[in-house]
Amino acid sequence: MRSNFDKQLDMLNVQLTEMSIFIESAIDCAADALVHSDRKKAQMAISFDSEADSMEKDIEKLCIKLLLLQQPVAKDLRQVSAALKMITDMERIGDQARDISELILGSEQDFCIKPDGIIAQMADATIKMVHEVVVSFVEKDIEKAQQVIAFDDVIDDLYSRAKLEIVGRIKAEKEDADILVNLLSIAKYFERIGDHTTNIAEWVVFSITGVHKKENMMYTE
Amino acid sequence: MNTKIKQAMATYKRSPFSFVMRLMLILSITFTVGMLAFILVYISAKGIPYLSKDLFSFSYTSENVSMMPGIITTLMMVAASLFISLPFGILTAVYLVEYAPRGSRVVEIIRLTTETLSGIPSIVYGLFGNIFFVTVLGWRYSFMAGVMTISIMILPLVMRTTEEALISVPDDWRQASFGLGAGRLRTVFRIVLPSAVPGILSGVILAVGRIVGETAALIYTLGTMAKIPDSLFSSGRTLALHMWVLSGEGLHINQAYATSVVLIVLVVGINALSGLVANKLQKR
Amino acid sequence: MNKFEINNLDLHYGDFHALKNINMQIKPNTVTAFIGPSGCGKSTFLRTLNRMNDLVEGCRITGEILMDGKNIYENTDVNMLRKDVGMVFQKPNPFPMSVYNNIAYGPRTHGITKKAQLDEIVEKSLRDAAIWDEVKDRLHKSALGLSGGQQQRLCIARALAVKPQVLLMDEPTSALDPISTAKVEDLVLELKRDYTIVMVTHNMQQAMRASDETAFFLLGEMVEKASTERLFSAPQDKRCEDYITGRFG
Repeated sequence: MRSNFDKQLDMLNVQLTEMSIFIESAIDCAADALVHSDRKKAQMAISFDSEADSMEKDIEKLCIKLLLLQQPVAKDLRQVSAALKMITDMERIGDQARDISELILGSEQDFCIKPDGIIAQMADATIKMVHEVVVSFVEKDIEKAQQVIAFDDVIDDLYSRAKLEIVGRIKAEKEDADILVNLLSIAKYFERIGDHTTNIAEWVVFSITGVHKKENMMYTE
Repeated sequence: MNTKIKQAMATYKRSPFSFVMRLMLILSITFTVGMLAFILVYISAKGIPYLSKDLFSFSYTSENVSMMPGIITTLMMVAASLFISLPFGILTAVYLVEYAPRGSRVVEIIRLTTETLSGIPSIVYGLFGNIFFVTVLGWRYSFMAGVMTISIMILPLVMRTTEEALISVPDDWRQASFGLGAGRLRTVFRIVLPSAVPGILSGVILAVGRIVGETAALIYTLGTMAKIPDSLFSSGRTLALHMWVLSGEGLHINQAYATSVVLIVLVVGINALSGLVANKLQKR
Repeated sequence: MNKFEINNLDLHYGDFHALKNINMQIKPNTVTAFIGPSGCGKSTFLRTLNRMNDLVEGCRITGEILMDGKNIYENTDVNMLRKDVGMVFQKPNPFPMSVYNNIAYGPRTHGITKKAQLDEIVEKSLRDAAIWDEVKDRLHKSALGLSGGQQQRLCIARALAVKPQVLLMDEPTSALDPISTAKVEDLVLELKRDYTIVMVTHNMQQAMRASDETAFFLLGEMVEKASTERLFSAPQDKRCEDYITGRFG
């Protein structure tokens, strides 16, 4: 029953997974560019983001087509509408990766990040979150989605520590303040990526349970 | 026209069976219509020349075998028999269709009885009328005995046709009426019966046909007295009986043909009238 | 206060257990839609609300249906009940008479005979059913000459003419084209202000568009009832979810 529709829903999942790979790669490249002072990687991050942007358009089209032609209800409706909301956040994540890369490219000095430093940890943590959240959506794994939401606290914590450290270094006045302020922005970008990922996870929970964390989005009783 | 035939023939080449069937159909229609036309033409040719003014004079004498008493008696017979059998027949049918529980024993028995009754030859009704009305009740050969016998005879016909007519009224209308809070009585008399009128009338036409054409059931009940019955309990003769007597006597065969022409006109007239009434009722 | 309160309702046709322990509340001035596969009992249940099942032989009902707190299966004049709980059927079924007489049939049944009063009722009912403009010039012509969609709105007007409190609709648009369907749906939303409407529908989009509450029936059971938005976005019962997403059976 409805095998054609089910096929299209599967395709939606495949496309979402693909888009998430582009985004993960964009963050990955941006982080590499940061740690290894590799401008080529920064360029790659920007082109991954462009790919993700065009995927967003494709997925949007597919979702609207499904809404129009299949008039989904119940879990199907939740899956499609959640996908529509998720890709907006995913696109924003890609933009953050691009912003990080542009900061690297626009800076005359290298950032000289330690591979095991806080910023590198933040990069790793966000990549993991983005990956997990898409897996939780495709596998309809509510526990995994909730773990992602909980994991955002780790990112927030890392950001506070990064901020303290950078502010400390600025106060010490041993280094150039320009680059430190940019570094603070980069930390903020990673923190924002964590927030967007949390949003996505909340939509995953909604698509499974029908209840959105912030309110009853779909109905009023 | 020619191309049409050519086209049809081209089609038949592929299925000769259809061609044979079509021929059969044309043959049957020609035969049926031909027979009817032949009878009408034959009777008219034999009867119309003898339709004289004298044949319509009010009294019958052995020299002038006037059919006027017959015509009037026939019309009276039709009116009186319908007057008795229609209410009984229609109300019984209403009970069977609208009130009686479906599939009930009683209904089954009543249906079986009426079906049996409608299959009985009319001479049997005549003998029954003779024994019961004429002898047991002592009505002698009389208009009343004839009317009662005929009424009983056409009752099954009226009942069956009314039943069919009621059954063919869509249930949707009954439901709609009940749904508005109308009771069964109102539903039956305001919705169901009015829509069944054309069907009932077709039954009436059949019944009229039987009454007008009936002889066997009347010979032993109405008698064959050639005058207009002056009371319920005096004898008379209908047109059909009149014909039967005339041809039996063998003295006025031509007048018998003339009578049959009038009989046919009468039947056609009554049918046309019923059709007209049905149309009028339908329009309302 | 609920318009209807149904408690432990069971219905048997002979040996067939057609409705199984139905419990439901229906609020006034709402549109409640019944959905479910064919033969699930939704129509049968609808017909218990104005006792149309009484006409079916071998039909037994236990449990109670309270209308405004009063059990309609006890000490109730069934004809008065059907006056209060009007019905519109699947197939448009105008009587074979004029438009005017179709509408006036109900009021006449309940004793209104004054011409002026009947004229007023006929006009008001036809206006309420949004068909007045289409038939005002042919009030005295046969209703059977109207189109299917017009006939159905005429039937709605006919039901309104006896001033019911509740309107039951049994798949009212299943025989209509999309435009007539849209008109009837608009009408339903319009009538909701003055009437309590309960309708059976095969068309889930229709249930979504026109109803406030939706109940899902399956095999004689009422499986789930919730606000329409809730039922179609997040049904609680797996069978209901399977049915509305088209993955049933």
